Amino acid sequence: MLQVRDLARPPMLKPASFTLPEGTCGVIMGASGSGKSLLARAIVDLDPNEGTVRWRDHVREATPAPHWRRLIAYVPAETGWWAADVATHFPADAPARAHMEDWITTLGLKPDILARQVSHLSTGERQRLALVRALIMAPEMLILDEPTGALDAASRDRVETLMRELLNEGRTLLLITHDAAQARRLGQHFWRLEAGRLTPASPPEPEPANHAEPPA
Amino acid sequence: MTTIGYITLEYWEVAASALFFVLASGLALLFEVGLARSMAWVAVRMVTQLLLVGLVLKFIFQATSGLVTLAAASVMALMAMREIMRRQRRPLKGPWRWLPGSVSLLTIGGLALLFALLVVLRPEPWYSPRLLLPIFGMILGNSMNGITLGLNAITNAIVRERNAVEARLLLGFSRWRAIRPFAAEALRTALTPIMNAMAATGIISLPGMMTGQILAGVPPVEAVKYQLMIMFLIAGVVGLSSLLAMILTIDRLTDERHRLRPDRLHTS
Repeated sequence: MLQVRDLARPPMLKPASFTLPEGTCGVIMGASGSGKSLLARAIVDLDPNEGTVRWRDHVREATPAPHWRRLIAYVPAETGWWAADVATHFPADAPARAHMEDWITTLGLKPDILARQVSHLSTGERQRLALVRALIMAPEMLILDEPTGALDAASRDRVETLMRELLNEGRTLLLITHDAAQARRLGQHFWRLEAGRLTPASPPEPEPANHAEPPA
Repeated sequence: MTTIGYITLEYWEVAASALFFVLASGLALLFEVGLARSMAWVAVRMVTQLLLVGLVLKFIFQATSGLVTLAAASVMALMAMREIMRRQRRPLKGPWRWLPGSVSLLTIGGLALLFALLVVLRPEPWYSPRLLLPIFGMILGNSMNGITLGLNAITNAIVRERNAVEARLLLGFSRWRAIRPFAAEALRTALTPIMNAMAATGIISLPGMMTGQILAGVPPVEAVKYQLMIMFLIAGVVGLSSLLAMILTIDRLTDERHRLRPDRLHTS
């Protein structure tokens, strides 16, 4: 289980504590600028922060940061690419490289996408590739920051399908989203982040029927 | 007046060489280019500066004292250190503003200078200012350029490519591995001028030092040998000192938890 205790990054992120059982999907909801990405960055220790985080029997402070980030992968909403071609970002010796083709297919990406240039990809393609890039490192838990933010409904459904597969395999997900319908479809535990303060929340209410809402 | 192949100049001969410059200035005045004043000013400046340097060097060479030479070399090193600090667009905060550049300039530049004097040239005395000061000057000037270029490139990369570096950190790369492609690019930037100079030398341009030696009556092949020694020395120093300065800077711009610390940079 993921145990977060008094995780804070003053002054933007107030001390946050929560527990997420293994193999479940937790959802953090909140408006833009409420500190959701800061919280995710703090969990993987990407910014100086206070508090403690435990994952299973690993204590973050006692675990070398690279090792910690291989246990818990954080996929930001917009990530960076360090080479011009796509393939360079998918090293052949990555631990779960063998499953890469399956994930690429599940996500509706073309099999030849590795042969392309990063600058020629759409935002949605890049977003899904970033997820695959994190998965080939075989993390036990994933923090997904608005993983379908740049996607149309069909691609969004494919990402959600993959997320369910990952949960069925026993992986733990922490989903950051402001899409209430998506939170309802995937989430089992809910928190809300408002002005840097994290509080437990109930599952979001279904939207009134007159709102055009894609079927769950 | 000639000595062995070496023609000394009288002051009136130097003045005569200014004839073309005076002509150019006159034309500038005539056509109201707006440059005549500054042309006159730079000419006066150049004459004053070089005459002063000539007098200072005359004194230092005549003294041939270890202490005087050390003082002169220290002044040169301080100027180079200050220049590295001044030319950084995003310097580190606090004493780190000058530490990486100065440390690498002094250690690598100093070692190379000692190597050139004690192993290669072996003059008598070993600190002979006539050799030490010009060689140290060439080492400092080139190393200063390399370090400045390298540091600007790496801090630029860490600020502008922060997303890409952090993407690598998030995949579980160590801070050194995460920054490596950007550091390699920065090192290429630092080495480009000296590599270009090495490639062009002898074909596109004759190096100033070699030209000077040839004018002074040194046989061309001897001048070439000196030039080769200097070029190898400089290229090595540029490579090693910019690499060291970058390593020290990267160490400061990351921390033991393998995260980027751009908060340790001045923002402007």
